[in-house]
Amino acid sequence: MNTARTNTARTNTSRMKTITSSRLIWPAVVLIALLLANLLWNHSFFDITARDGNLYGAPVDILRRAAPVVLVALGMTLVIATRGIDLSVGAVAAISGSWASMYIISEGGGSVGVVLIAVAVALLMALLAGAWNGFLVAVLGIQPIVATLVLMVAGRGLAQVITNEKILYPDNSPAYKLIGGGYLLAVPFSILLAGGIFALTAVLTRKTALGTLIESVGVNPEASRLAGVRARPIIFLAYVFSGFCAGLAGLMLTSNSTSADPNSIGLFIELDAILAVVIGGTSLAGGRFSLAGTLIGAFIIETMDAFVVIAISARSTDVFKACVVIIVCLLQSSRVRGWLLNVLRWGRPATRRRRPPSSAPTPAAADARPPATVPDAAGAPVTAPVKVTPSCAHHRRRAAPRRAPGNAWASASSSTRRSA
Amino acid sequence: MTVLLLVIMLIAGRLLYPNFTSGQAIVDLLGKNVFLIPLAIGMTFVILSGGIDLSVGAVMALGSVIAASLLQAGWSPALVVPIVLLAASTLGLVVGIMISRFEIQPFIATLAAMFLARGLCLVITDRSIAIDDGFFQSMNLAHINLWEQETVNLRGRVRVSDVYTTPSVVIAMAVLVVAFVVLHYSRFGRTVYAVGGNEPSARLMGLRVDRTKISVYVISGLCAGIAGLLFAFYTASGDPVAGIGYELNAIAAVVIGGTLLSGGSGYVLGSMLGVLVLATIYAYKEFDGDLNTGWTRVMVGVLVLFFIVLQRLVATRRRR
Repeated sequence: MNTARTNTARTNTSRMKTITSSRLIWPAVVLIALLLANLLWNHSFFDITARDGNLYGAPVDILRRAAPVVLVALGMTLVIATRGIDLSVGAVAAISGSWASMYIISEGGGSVGVVLIAVAVALLMALLAGAWNGFLVAVLGIQPIVATLVLMVAGRGLAQVITNEKILYPDNSPAYKLIGGGYLLAVPFSILLAGGIFALTAVLTRKTALGTLIESVGVNPEASRLAGVRARPIIFLAYVFSGFCAGLAGLMLTSNSTSADPNSIGLFIELDAILAVVIGGTSLAGGRFSLAGTLIGAFIIETMDAFVVIAISARSTDVFKACVVIIVCLLQSSRVRGWLLNVLRWGRPATRRRRPPSSAPTPAAADARPPATVPDAAGAPVTAPVKVTPSCAHHRRRAAPRRAPGNAWASASSSTRRSA
Repeated sequence: MTVLLLVIMLIAGRLLYPNFTSGQAIVDLLGKNVFLIPLAIGMTFVILSGGIDLSVGAVMALGSVIAASLLQAGWSPALVVPIVLLAASTLGLVVGIMISRFEIQPFIATLAAMFLARGLCLVITDRSIAIDDGFFQSMNLAHINLWEQETVNLRGRVRVSDVYTTPSVVIAMAVLVVAFVVLHYSRFGRTVYAVGGNEPSARLMGLRVDRTKISVYVISGLCAGIAGLLFAFYTASGDPVAGIGYELNAIAAVVIGGTLLSGGSGYVLGSMLGVLVLATIYAYKEFDGDLNTGWTRVMVGVLVLFFIVLQRLVATRRRR
């Protein structure tokens, strides 16, 4: 796990934004291609009809089904940006969904007040669950995978305890139905809800310093600590937010299906969410994140599902998802990218562009040269590292030399992290 | 620590339910969770090497489904068993190559493998296939008598019966012995510890890190394949949705068994004890019909948490 965290520091926000926007092109192209594929298979794919003043149609359906995934993936994006992972989102969704369903059924459903209380308490529980994860990760310093694994195991158990191992059907409450299955202003309410949370998150992270702080923690906790960023509250908040999103998604799922089975609410939603984040171009190694990318990623997953269901068979969706995960991960791997670049440039003179131009000076060669040109022996150790650093960093990224100071911090902290 | 916990739990069970520690019940702790043993063993290898394998439950299901569908098609068990093991190992190989050669994080690579295995199960069949092959059935129904025991039934009469186990348990034990020998008495085993302890220094020592990492995932896949066969023996069916969440049980068993999740330190026998602890928790549920299944999960979660925090404390103390 540690090896994959390449030690690159990115501080230049303006350049980062341009990279982000160009990075979004590929997911967007894939999404458009998938939509076109759907259209080829089903010519009325883009038809949106209005019945009783509400919108229906395949695109609306995809958006609606993507809503819970988008929510969970938003939380997951921030958690992953802090170098974490939250495996417990499905379990948290199960807890909140089953609690709300149980309360609504026990109170006889109906009134808006009951639903509001149910939603509020359920979200509170989700916040608590997120705070628990945050406590384990940020305060006790347990690896995120392991810490959230605990709640992933125990959370569904709690949900089962809440529902007393029964499947609940909160189907007598129109107000609750609104969250996941209802319409507001002709648009499914869940889409509005997910869109609202998305906009809120985007504003909070991009218009305030919060996003940069999260990225700095994810890029290099040690360097950001030295820069005066307090990582703990930020990591903690990321998990709390992820818990909140998962809870809301749980409400949405149970409300849409008007059933709450603690074993199946949000089952594998963590995988979909992680997949959406990865497709959206956020690296699992933490750091720079893209909310818009995550949004597109979630849409890609749902569109792909729709396509596979129509064109092949509903049973093979998982195989497809697996292949997409593998391909996307392989594309993120620097070695594969190197191969691909070599293949693309094959036959051209610029083939060796990724290599440093002057036959890659080895540390020994670099060490040997300065004494020859500079007679002063003390100069050698100073100039030698300067010569070596860019050539080493060159293997990772083209723009690496400019980030050399950041790299120094990163490599220093990565060695301390190993021992931790 | 784990032994102590197990003893305490057994005594508590004894106090709650009189027959909890009867010979057959103890042996059944293994018999009823026999497929968990290879899973935990494979997971031990992976975690020791510093990785994690989230695909074992799905691979187990895939193994049972392949076995069931091939048997249904009229293949002989002598062919089916190696095919299942080969398929599971191949999946492990692919995962291992992805992790070591392409530097993909273990958990995301195995997550993809989990999707893949689960998806392949569903492609093969979307419902459970029954197995009526004689060999497969005999593996679980045959009784191997261990010793005789006297039980006192409710009316106070003493009855003598055989304590028996099944060939499945014997297979699982054989896997355990092999794993123990490999891990503690072979060069490969020591390399696994070295890689998990500190990968860069293992590499600098000239150990074959990449090859070891790949092998570890192949072993995990192989063990999951064995677990799939045992599962097929046990349920006499191949079920595409079997074993959801078993990866967590396997990880829990390994953690409870005292293996550090960061790798490099732990024992196969500890994982075996971890399986027994989990089995005891499930036995509570079986002995007490009113107990909510949810509580067993919560209990497993709490135990895992306890051991993780313990590890954390030990690790921080050691560093000071």
